[in-house]
Amino acid sequence: MSRPAQTRGLVEITDVRKSFGTVEVLHGITLTVQPGEVTVIVGPSGSGKSTLLRTINHLEKVDGGFIAIDGSLIGYRGKGTKLHELPEREILKQRTEIGMVFQNFNLFPHFTALENVTEAPVVAQGRSRTEARKLGLELLDRVGLKDRANAYPRQLSGGQQQRVAIARALALEPKVLLFDEPTSALDPELVNEVLDVMRELTESGTTLLIVTHEMAFARDVADRVIFMDQGRIVEQGTPQELFSNPQEERTRAFLSKILEPAFNI
Amino acid sequence: MSSTATRALLPPGAQGPPPAAADAVPRYSQYHLVGSRHPWRWAGTALVALLVIGVAWSLITNPRWEWAVVGQWFTAQSVLHGLGETLRLTAISGILGFVLGFLLALMRLSGSPLLVAVSWTFSWIFRSTPLLVQMLLWYNLGYLYEKVSVGIPFTDVRFFEVPTTTLISQFAAAVLGLTLNQAAYSAEIIRGGILSVDQGQLEAAAALGIPAWRRSTGIVLPQAMRAILPTAFNEIIGLVKGTSIVYVLAYSELFYTVQVIYNRTQQVLPLLLVATLWYVVITSVLSVFQYYIERYYAKGAVRTLPLTPLQKARKYLSTHAAGKVTR
Ligand SMILES: Nc1ncnc2c1ncn2[C@@H]1O[C@H](COP(=O)(O)OP(=O)(O)OP(=O)(O)O)[C@@H](O)[C@H]1O
Ligand SMILES: [Mg+2]
Repeated sequence: MSRPAQTRGLVEITDVRKSFGTVEVLHGITLTVQPGEVTVIVGPSGSGKSTLLRTINHLEKVDGGFIAIDGSLIGYRGKGTKLHELPEREILKQRTEIGMVFQNFNLFPHFTALENVTEAPVVAQGRSRTEARKLGLELLDRVGLKDRANAYPRQLSGGQQQRVAIARALALEPKVLLFDEPTSALDPELVNEVLDVMRELTESGTTLLIVTHEMAFARDVADRVIFMDQGRIVEQGTPQELFSNPQEERTRAFLSKILEPAFNI
Repeated sequence: MSSTATRALLPPGAQGPPPAAADAVPRYSQYHLVGSRHPWRWAGTALVALLVIGVAWSLITNPRWEWAVVGQWFTAQSVLHGLGETLRLTAISGILGFVLGFLLALMRLSGSPLLVAVSWTFSWIFRSTPLLVQMLLWYNLGYLYEKVSVGIPFTDVRFFEVPTTTLISQFAAAVLGLTLNQAAYSAEIIRGGILSVDQGQLEAAAALGIPAWRRSTGIVLPQAMRAILPTAFNEIIGLVKGTSIVYVLAYSELFYTVQVIYNRTQQVLPLLLVATLWYVVITSVLSVFQYYIERYYAKGAVRTLPLTPLQKARKYLSTHAAGKVTR
């Protein structure tokens, strides 16, 4: 896929390890995502996809390895031979450059759609309310919800809520956007309205990391598909390579389970 | 009422559609919507009304209630002063208690074992000792510690030193006792409210780079309020009457004032009635506040807010006024 060359949003993940208690769930993940690249991560439940995404914005601390965005380490600062965890304030600042969209939306229910979008620009970036409002309405327009700006999340359908959540993530003008199964909580007929918005984002030049089970969508928009299993990257390649000609047995087994027979590649 | 025509979607009667029906929509236009009737509701209402009338009748006609005396003291200078003190104590210790309780709740939910332990111990101590004892201890602090001073420990350097008895007045002892006790209880109420908010909310806020203080006060607390408010108002209403415990400090709030008066005049029942009526008034006013504050925090939590009694009345009046005009 040809997109304008991007300069921001390079994600470098180096040998990242993560344990919960005594169980290691990420066994050394190494992955470089080029600026503006669209990467789709697939894999069975419990393979560590969500955990990997959450380490990228330091919602989970890594137990080993590094993550850097545009060359600056996430969550840590090198000092001599040691890495010191950054103070909360610095981490929050780094997070404003990384947007995240959750499976169950996590919109703030006591804020209107517009307030959800303007909250972070105002309190995290210190923008003025009028400026944030203007930006918020533009973004809601972009996801097709300008007329619902004053609705509360509970007054919106699931698909509309997720589109507001995408607008909220975009409001910080992030370099990198993380999607964790953004359509898994939606009724089938609402999935496409969210995928359409995401498809539009793939043209915007923001680096996208998407965990999804929507294989048709992945084949359509991904520059690269990563297959993860049991805390490891098993195989990666273009959608063509991975879906049509998987090299690993585990990949084949997973794909045969998830792809319906009618789905011809 | 023109809207009934389009809303009327009653099932067709046995005799079929009315002859005037030409197309699908106005077929039922001559039907009128009639709400279902509730005979038992009316019977129940009548019964309760009878009971209320009976009680009211006995209150009015029994001369022992001495309503003239009640009327005479209800707005007397000293009673109003006592009322003012009750309100002042309630407001100050209520607000301070809940602010402190909020901090204690945050400490309890923090990651620091020390803060958790301190908060837990605080609640443990103040919830397990009688308020009466706490109050007396505060008032007699001067007996335990003659002076209160600020200085450098283990040296003779003192920046500031006062005798405890001048620091702890009756008022200070009352506020201290009520506040600390209230804080211990409200900490648990607020903690319960905070726990009822979905963890995903904090995560989403953190992912957006929203600072910790704003996450607590702007994202979590407003949502926790729905769980906190009903119990919190219970506490405040309890506190209004609970302030009467400061009579042990001979502090002239409403209840103490009334006692002083009836000890003098021997009109015990009517004066107790005076205090009771004022407590009822305060509680009623608080209940109205509670209704509107709960409604405020319900925004976004329910799809549509129910009408307030005032809005209902206005709607009733306007539709009925409109009805008269068209008829
Ligand atoms: N907070 C946690 N505490 C303990 N274990 C956890 C925690 N979060 C995740 N895990 C474990 O880590 C492993 C990876 O979980 P993760 O949520 O990353 O998987 P996933 O690939 O996103 O799965 P799914 O497709 O079901 O979302 C799982 O075995 C899970 O049980
Ligand atoms: Mg997951």
